[in-house]
Amino acid sequence: MSKMVPLPTNSIIPERDLDKIPVLETRHLGIDFGGLTAVDEFNLTIGRTEIAGLIGPNGAGKTTVFNLLTKVYQPTRGTILLDGKETSGMSTVQVNQAGIARTFQNIRLFSSLTVEENVKIGLHNQVKYRTVNGLLRLPSYWKQEKIAHERALELLSIFNMEDLAEHRAGSLPYGAQRRLEIVRALATNPSLLLLDEPAAGMNPSETAELMENITKIRDTFQIAIMLIEHDMNLVMGICEGICVLNYGRIIAKGTADEIKRNPVVIEAYLGKKKEG
Amino acid sequence: MAFLSYLANGISLGSVYAIIALGYTMVYGIAKMLNFAHGDVIMVGAYIAFCATSYLGLPSIVAILLAMAVCTILGITIEGLAYKPLRAAPSLAVLITAIGVSYFLQNAALLIWGSAPKSFPSLVGIPPLKLFEGKLIITGEAIVTVIACIVIMIGLTLFTGKTRMGKAMRAVSEDKGAAQLMGINVNHTISVTFAIGSALAAIAGVLLCSAYPVLLPTTGSMPGIKAFTAAVFGGIGSIPGAMVGGILLGIIEIFGKAYISTQLADAIVFSVLIIVLLVKPTGLLGKAINEKV
Repeated sequence: MSKMVPLPTNSIIPERDLDKIPVLETRHLGIDFGGLTAVDEFNLTIGRTEIAGLIGPNGAGKTTVFNLLTKVYQPTRGTILLDGKETSGMSTVQVNQAGIARTFQNIRLFSSLTVEENVKIGLHNQVKYRTVNGLLRLPSYWKQEKIAHERALELLSIFNMEDLAEHRAGSLPYGAQRRLEIVRALATNPSLLLLDEPAAGMNPSETAELMENITKIRDTFQIAIMLIEHDMNLVMGICEGICVLNYGRIIAKGTADEIKRNPVVIEAYLGKKKEG
Repeated sequence: MAFLSYLANGISLGSVYAIIALGYTMVYGIAKMLNFAHGDVIMVGAYIAFCATSYLGLPSIVAILLAMAVCTILGITIEGLAYKPLRAAPSLAVLITAIGVSYFLQNAALLIWGSAPKSFPSLVGIPPLKLFEGKLIITGEAIVTVIACIVIMIGLTLFTGKTRMGKAMRAVSEDKGAAQLMGINVNHTISVTFAIGSALAAIAGVLLCSAYPVLLPTTGSMPGIKAFTAAVFGGIGSIPGAMVGGILLGIIEIFGKAYISTQLADAIVFSVLIIVLLVKPTGLLGKAINEKV
């Protein structure tokens, strides 16, 4: 892991990413639902090849942050810079095309489609051909379809899932569905991949394998990954910068070692130590 | 021999229902709405084809293509003006809007073409098929209708199964939100669905009026409702379901007319729907839907 260095904006990013534009920078990001402030003053910078963690107690607003970044919710305040470009006014689809992809806390695969078709949905904007060509089976259709097929298998091979290509996504075991969600998100060619509780429901050996794979994805595709996770072994094991959220506000930022020792974080998770 | 003749008529009428039902079922599958104006798009398609042949003297094939083009534009326009602003509205609001659009189209047709029935010229130039030494006659219209239905079915199956847009449609029909997050433009996908459904409605309109040549501003409403019944019968949202439902409904209607009672034929059709829904609420080929709570 490369050394983490502080930025003037009170964030830390890996030293190797210093000379590149950060993949994500949020300034004073916030959202209100009616009178309730769900997220406020969310300032975070993520390096171009960083694996970042977003943790916090239940209901802290972690998934809300993902929904803000992907424009499922329009922010009430603040700005989001993706590759240095503002995303205000962009739709979910445009943000995806601009480079943010995500997975979901509760799996949302297209379960009646096959594994390969799910990946091809992710490739929708990557491999293009005209619908007319598809119906008339013109040569360019075959060419593009072949590219899409090969690309889909190549992506599935990250998790050794090529053999499952023809299976219905809904029929896969739970762990495989989680992996397929990651593959589908990767297919949209993101520069920032958001993983919402990727290890939820996995056993320790599956989690260990997932950790290796997340690092492998970052190394292979040279992208940034931000993950929400309750499994502290995973977070502390692979995340370079960790951001802790509580009641919609960031209460701490730092490396795994710093977060582990931070009294504010310990208090948020375990409650205040009784005096005396 | 009468039986075979009724069966042929039933399959032919059922094929028209099936083509209309495909429009209902696709729109329902993707936009999760019942487009009750769909039947009236059929009527518009028939009027366009009528004008193109009777007033402009265009050849049949050009008239059909023109009707398809006009209906496609009409479908996209209806969707964009009436339904798109209601994307987040409760489904009852959308349903009532659809009924409003239906009345609008009927009355617009009344205004443009008048209330006098038009005698629709058959656009099918195929002679009837005589079998068993002329004892069984199958009309050219029936043959073309069944062939058109089969071609459309194969085309749509290939489209949804193999093309990029078709796969996007299936993704949208399963989970709009997730599809958007994968970069699929849901509004565009819904527009394309309406375009396809409306083009099919134009074909159905021409075929229907070629077989039953009285054209009125209300011509589309009864076949529309029956095709909707067919779509529900087969399992709404399912393309093969619309096909099976449509053809079965056509056969039941014709047999009901022939063997039971002409007046009661429609009542029989709808009774069958009620019975099927009581026994199998998702329709013949429908999938059980687990509503998230």
